[in-house]
Amino acid sequence: MPSQSQFSPQAGISPKLSVRGIRKDYGATTVLHALDLNVHSGELLTLLGPSGSGKTTLLQIICGLVEPTSGRLFIDGRDETSLPVNQRDIGVVFQNYALFPHLTVKENIAFPLQMRRLPATEIDKRVAEVLDMVNLGHTADRLPKALSGGQQQRVALARCLVYRPSVILMDEPLGALDRKLRESMQIEIKRIHRETGATIIFVTHDQEEALALSDRICLMNDGVIAQVGTPQEIYEAPANRFSAEFIGLSNIFDGDIADGMLRSADGNIPAVAGMQAGDGLMVRPEHIALTDPAQGFLSGTVTETVYAGADTRLLVALESGKSIIVRQAAGFPIAPIGSSVGLTWQSSAIRIVR
Amino acid sequence: MAEWQSPSRRRFKLDPLWLAGPGIFYLVLLLIVPAAGLMFLSFRDSSGSLSFETYRQMFGAGIYVQVLINTFSIAMQTTIACLLVGYPLAYWLAKMPEKRRRLVMWLVLLPFWMSALLKNFAWMVLLSRRGVLSQILTGMGIGGPVDLLYGRGVVVFAMAHTMLPLAALTMLPTLLSIDLGLARAAKTLGASGGQAFWRIVFPLSMPGVAAAGLLVFISSLGFFITPALLGSPRETVIGQLLITQVQQLLNWQLAGAIAVMLLVVTLAVCLVYDRAFGISAVSGERSDRRSTGLFARIGTVVIASAARVTDILAGVLDVVPGLRRRGWLLDAFCVLVMAMLLVPVLIFLPMAFGSSSFLEFPPRGYSLRWFETYWNSSNWTGATMRSFGIAIVSALLASAMGGIAAFGVARSKSRIGNVAFLLFMLPMIIPNIVIAVALFYLFAQIGLIATDAGIALGHTLTALPVVFVIILTTFKNYDWRLDQAAATLGATRMGTVRKVTWPIVKGSVVAAFLFGFLHSFEELTIALFVGGGVRQTLPKQMWDDVLLQVSPTLAAASVIILAVVTVVFVAAERARPR
Repeated sequence: MPSQSQFSPQAGISPKLSVRGIRKDYGATTVLHALDLNVHSGELLTLLGPSGSGKTTLLQIICGLVEPTSGRLFIDGRDETSLPVNQRDIGVVFQNYALFPHLTVKENIAFPLQMRRLPATEIDKRVAEVLDMVNLGHTADRLPKALSGGQQQRVALARCLVYRPSVILMDEPLGALDRKLRESMQIEIKRIHRETGATIIFVTHDQEEALALSDRICLMNDGVIAQVGTPQEIYEAPANRFSAEFIGLSNIFDGDIADGMLRSADGNIPAVAGMQAGDGLMVRPEHIALTDPAQGFLSGTVTETVYAGADTRLLVALESGKSIIVRQAAGFPIAPIGSSVGLTWQSSAIRIVR
Repeated sequence: MAEWQSPSRRRFKLDPLWLAGPGIFYLVLLLIVPAAGLMFLSFRDSSGSLSFETYRQMFGAGIYVQVLINTFSIAMQTTIACLLVGYPLAYWLAKMPEKRRRLVMWLVLLPFWMSALLKNFAWMVLLSRRGVLSQILTGMGIGGPVDLLYGRGVVVFAMAHTMLPLAALTMLPTLLSIDLGLARAAKTLGASGGQAFWRIVFPLSMPGVAAAGLLVFISSLGFFITPALLGSPRETVIGQLLITQVQQLLNWQLAGAIAVMLLVVTLAVCLVYDRAFGISAVSGERSDRRSTGLFARIGTVVIASAARVTDILAGVLDVVPGLRRRGWLLDAFCVLVMAMLLVPVLIFLPMAFGSSSFLEFPPRGYSLRWFETYWNSSNWTGATMRSFGIAIVSALLASAMGGIAAFGVARSKSRIGNVAFLLFMLPMIIPNIVIAVALFYLFAQIGLIATDAGIALGHTLTALPVVFVIILTTFKNYDWRLDQAAATLGATRMGTVRKVTWPIVKGSVVAAFLFGFLHSFEELTIALFVGGGVRQTLPKQMWDDVLLQVSPTLAAASVIILAVVTVVFVAAERARPR
């Protein structure tokens, strides 16, 4: 699985961070199954997956708070599997920010520099720089509890950026913010990522966030990597059922293959070359067009319409009771509930999922 | 989202619980071993062979049986009084906006930390033949000088007064944890105010009520100050009996038997409580068990009828003009209760500055003569200095042992952590008088009776739970991810403790130390036994003087204790982080 879409812009250059065969057991349960993953210098890679998929454990292993059962971790080509957490050149932005409540914003940000015994003048200079970068110069002498959630988030980020770690890990850092703030922070993180050229590993369970932010997404499920690739690759060419169903909305048809057709319970659908027994066909809702019931590959009845401004989502019930999601762009007349419709699509929109 | 686990760097890591080791060792050595020895002794006769002679004596002699009955019935009456008065008070506090509650809490916490001896001495002065109340009644022409002292009524009243802050403060966390929106929801569903309270709020507050009842009852069992000062011989309780039997007659067998009995009752009460609510409810945690069976059915009937009665009462009151809005009734009641808590204590101030040669209120002239008497008496100043010294040493020892143990228990993932928790709570659960007798028994064998060290060791033991709980709460609420964050930012283990952990928990460790100090500074029972009448602490000196003769010097000493307690209490409350 990993080989097919291991997109690497700096092919030939050794990766910034390399996870090789890392596995983690807690007693008899395996939470990570021998993972391999390369993170390239300067990229923003998202670990995406449902809760319990092992993404946080992987993050903890990378930052050194948890030791793997087996496997090695390389940062800049050095084996750092057993290096204590405080000696790793890694920055972590915690989910709850973990700002020290008794220290001011400035003192919080100066903390990592003091631990590295930098001269006071250098510390002042760098703290001021990074405060500027996150637009928080005016809050330098406040305590964290006097800041808003978004501001605390930016302080946590600044505390990480200030000592220029080789890799920054972010554990669902935007989870506690409301939607508006989350979106503006995403833009902020993208800007800072571009300006600093930092290597960032970002953990989230929110697929929209992953699609919006990432250079690449590492999709995880049940302690294994389901797929690694750019957001486009993962959305447009899901490697498996899990990818297809987790990212975006999808319609998957199953059935026996005979004579170039997939015989589903609701009718025959043209198959694609290379399909094997057990494979399904996937069509994204936006690729389905509505036609006359007699003309489509399949036909059904509209059972629900959900208006969402830019588009409208329709639920179409097929004969077998299976429900199909269709997305109609704004500007088309919306098929009324109860009307019979036919479903059709371009063969290029079809993907095989197994 | 999965929780961040603590670093699991080494494979074979010692569970942090080992940090509780020194404290546990101390508890076993000074509490469990001597208490067990004492019990063992009660099953022996004078020749050392197994016998139940002591118990036959105890239950055979009418005087002892009467004392047992007195003790239990007084404890029961005190508990009921505390719950009846304490519940409205706690409810009133819980309903307040948080800012105001913080202010009002001071007025409940201060009497909580004020020594029982002081409070009872105050009632002794106020209610005596020449006391204020008697004067007022005489002035109003109601009879001659009345003596309100020396009876069951005044004993239960003063004891309930002593324990009331404990009851209210124990119920408060449970009441605070009840979502007040629930009562509002009940009203939108058609419940009257009374129905909403009885059917929703009251059942949810039961664990707190039971915890308060448990603590007050257990504390009352070993309590002897009120019956000794305000009661007649007919109100003699176990505590007084133990003092004579042990101090004067050295009757260890009987002391052991009484201790056994108190322990058995205490444990039985705790067990019943645990079955009904789960022992963790004492610390305000809610159990997820739903009780069924007989108790639950009786409870439902009681609640239903209480709600009905309240509705009828409300219907009647609605007719009375001025009583349609009744919120002020609770306010008035609680203000009155708080005044009752504070006034007896504050009464000392003017009396201590009086010029007449006996205690009177209001005083006729003002002078500092009684403070001079206090100051020039080597008995009083010596006792004061000794109390300071002992309090500092015991608070230090208790903070050190309790502090690291609290850290260990908070960080431990082991199940033994709960056992360690209960062990550290033991000195709070076992009646004080039993601890004092057990310590006396142990120290008598190793020559620590009548030494300052002996008293300090004893106070350390009883201060442990206070200090332990305060620091444990802090560590339990501490966000350990801050330590992880410090580590990822490059701090070493020592650096993390020095620059992150310690500055954050420092306040509550200081507070714990100060509360430990207060505990020792006001402790009487252990000082009474272990001091052996030679090493007088301040409370012990007061106790002796109160029994001998009530003089204005006592009022001066009370004012000094009051001042020290207030200053230390305020300092501790301020140090404690919110």
